[in-house]
Amino acid sequence: MPTTSHPSFIHATLAVVRKDLTAEFRSRELLSAMLVFSLLVILIFNFALELNVKERQSVTAGVLWTTFAFAGTLGLNRSMAVEKDRGCLDGLLLAPVDRAAIYFGKVISNLAFMFMVEAFVLPIYAALYNVNLFHPGLLLVILLGSIGYTTVGTLLASMTVQARTRDVLLPILLFPVAIPVLLSAVKASTGFLNGADMAEIWPPLNLLIVYDLIFTAVAFMVFDNVVEE
Amino acid sequence: MIEVKKLVKRFGMKTVLRGVDFRVERGEFVALLGPNGAGKTTFLRILSSLARPSLGEVKVAGYHLPHQAAQVRARLGVVSHMPLLYGDLTAQENLEFYARMYGITNYQLRITEVLELVGLEARRRDLIRTFSRGMAQRLAIGRAVLHDPEVILFDEPYTGLDQDASSMLDEVLKSVAAQGRTVVMTSHDLARAEDLATRFDILTRGVIAASTSRGSLGRYGLLKYYKETLAG
Ligand SMILES: Nc1ncnc2c1ncn2[C@@H]1O[C@H](COP(=O)(O)OP(=O)(O)OP(=O)(O)O)[C@@H](O)[C@H]1O
Ligand SMILES: [Mg+2]
Repeated sequence: MPTTSHPSFIHATLAVVRKDLTAEFRSRELLSAMLVFSLLVILIFNFALELNVKERQSVTAGVLWTTFAFAGTLGLNRSMAVEKDRGCLDGLLLAPVDRAAIYFGKVISNLAFMFMVEAFVLPIYAALYNVNLFHPGLLLVILLGSIGYTTVGTLLASMTVQARTRDVLLPILLFPVAIPVLLSAVKASTGFLNGADMAEIWPPLNLLIVYDLIFTAVAFMVFDNVVEE
Repeated sequence: MIEVKKLVKRFGMKTVLRGVDFRVERGEFVALLGPNGAGKTTFLRILSSLARPSLGEVKVAGYHLPHQAAQVRARLGVVSHMPLLYGDLTAQENLEFYARMYGITNYQLRITEVLELVGLEARRRDLIRTFSRGMAQRLAIGRAVLHDPEVILFDEPYTGLDQDASSMLDEVLKSVAAQGRTVVMTSHDLARAEDLATRFDILTRGVIAASTSRGSLGRYGLLKYYKETLAG
């Protein structure tokens, strides 16, 4: 007979992440959809906005975050749909673990997918538009912005996955809630790209940090209620 | 082992369970019967902490729901309509994942044991998406008993199984019950339920309308009893 115990929070979280990454690297459904989509968005922007060098500088952050946001919802939806379609979400919820551990597991894998997309988009964008994006400050903003976007997104995706119209519902709910993240991420990114004063960059950066903390805390508290009928 | 008092469950304006009283002793095998939409699945979802009671008291394995849900879940195995397995993982990987989620130490041995129990050792390296409905259901049963739960809830476990798989499930259910575990099973297959269960409860119109033990069924059997109860 097996010896069982309640797995620790961190073990449960890691089990979820490992499961998600194993499944994704096998099927590559989610990543390929996100990558193709991002590529299309950048290309369309490239053709639509025939920009001169100066204008490019000013739209770069906006184009990047639009791409991340749309590709992000695609990934968030998929990653929850995988749980719902064979009833796996119930399987997760039946495990004797703190449900917040399941939530954080999903957040970490979603974040991992998001980072992979970003690591793919940045060099391509840099090559297409001939701008240098490898600024440590920008990478920090992308890190913070992605965390904020994914923490809210994962929570909302676990709500909307119940609905038949989840593909439309998630962006409709997520974009308004994520506006503070997107706005401050765009602001801070533009600041870093234009070499602005830190005094100008701090306010949006602070907002990002505060948002990340608040939403992590909120999700931690409400996830249980969201997933139970 | 299971104690439910005056359980009410509402979905918005709709009341599905209207005061269910239900008690199961350790080692009992209860078949929960009732027409479509009676609330059997809803009831099992409440027992397994997937849904919250609107009113009333629910105790499973000595722990209260919803407050001690983690303790209940550790002692509970659930088989539902859906297999609760990941299509892009192999049988082995699925069980490994659940073993980690249940904190099972030395799980390789246990996984082999379970795969043998449900007759899937040969398919352990195959992806679940390549499994037939019946094979997935077998593995779902393996998943449910992986952590050797004290209480097992089956929601129509025979749905979609062929003769072979059904007899396999009979064997699994019997061996599960023989080890002193407590089982609650919903089923539309009265003959099968009659064969396995020690007690039959009928859920209809939001309450357990009748309950009888195997011994007192009489010579007309479960079918007649069931029909009479539904007719009121
Ligand atoms: N999440 C939900 N939201 C709203 N209503 C629900 C929900 N889940 C179940 N119901 C309703 O509760 C009632 C009971 O459903 P349930 O699935 O528990 O029945 P059942 O006895 O399992 O039926 P069956 O024999 O068909 O499996 C149905 O009328 C159903 O529409
Ligand atoms: Mg049902």
